[in-house]
Amino acid sequence: MKILIVDDFSTMRRIIKNLLRDLGFNNTAEADDGNTALPMLQSGDFDFLVTDWNMPGMEGIDLLKAVRADEKLANLPVLLVTAEAKKEQIVEAAQAGVNGYVVKPFNAATLKEKIEKIFERIEASQ
Amino acid sequence: MAFSEAILSEQCLEQAKGLVKSIESGDENAAINHLREISRINETKMFQEIGRLTRELHDTLVGFGVDTDISVLAEHEIPDARERLSHVINVTDQAAHKTLTAVEEAIPVCRELEDSASKIELQWKRFISRDLSADEFRELSREIGGHLEISADRYAKIKTYLNDILMAQDFQDITGQIIRRVIGLVQDVEDKLVGLIKISGSLDDEENRSEKNPVEKVLEGPQVPGQESATALKSQDEVDDLLSSLGF
Repeated sequence: MKILIVDDFSTMRRIIKNLLRDLGFNNTAEADDGNTALPMLQSGDFDFLVTDWNMPGMEGIDLLKAVRADEKLANLPVLLVTAEAKKEQIVEAAQAGVNGYVVKPFNAATLKEKIEKIFERIEASQ
Repeated sequence: MAFSEAILSEQCLEQAKGLVKSIESGDENAAINHLREISRINETKMFQEIGRLTRELHDTLVGFGVDTDISVLAEHEIPDARERLSHVINVTDQAAHKTLTAVEEAIPVCRELEDSASKIELQWKRFISRDLSADEFRELSREIGGHLEISADRYAKIKTYLNDILMAQDFQDITGQIIRRVIGLVQDVEDKLVGLIKISGSLDDEENRSEKNPVEKVLEGPQVPGQESATALKSQDEVDDLLSSLGF
């Protein structure tokens, strides 16, 4: 399982990376915004995308939309981990096809629960 | 404007000289023409002055718009920024305490494991060099058993403390986002002040005046206590409820 972690704050990327490692996901890569992430996703064989929303350059929501619009990536599971907590934004993310939404600050258990739920759903639909 | 005024004065002087000459030579018609010309020049001057006043009025009105922005900054955005920065202090304070608490809790656990292992190691060396009595060996076995018994539990504890330290570092992201917004505000204040200085210093420098409105911020970043948006959800549970109502 290869996971791409996208956040403009390197500390947050490290936190998520460590939490994922704790959950048994050792194969991770990092990007600091959508513009860097998209080519990595297009050329790499990623199985899962964890992204922040508010980033300079390309924002997480636009990255999500770009992923859904890309034939090769359209089915990639995407988890948004963001400080944006407004209803409108969560609805927008849902409409754009997000698989999970975690509001910062979050705890390790929440992240674990959301990731497990995403994969349960994917397995159930296969 | 100074240049055109100089031209007008020169024209005036010319007409005046002509008027004197016409009167001296008794040419009445020429004298009347010179007088008419002088009054035309005066009218031109008056229209120029009206034009200047109109432009000043326009500039003042534009300047008033900038003033209104500044009052919004002073009344709302600066107090908001103060609260945001206070929140940054609280968040960093909590993160530091969370980290220090985890370290304080973890150190005695490490020491306990270290002491127990050192004690066993000392006896183990004596055992290897066949320096241990049967009673001492029984004692050593008990100690090894005890050490193994607590190890799993203590290492799990240490891992929890390390995890707490890891999670405490999320303050950098949260506070970074808040501080970025305050930096944006400081930039806004700077632009407005520069605009004001330009208005009071020179009324002609209209082109360079900052008329930029604060950028409409769609994303709000971390919610700050006391300043939560009306539609902001308060917890992950509320986010989950909303998502499940959307069919997630």
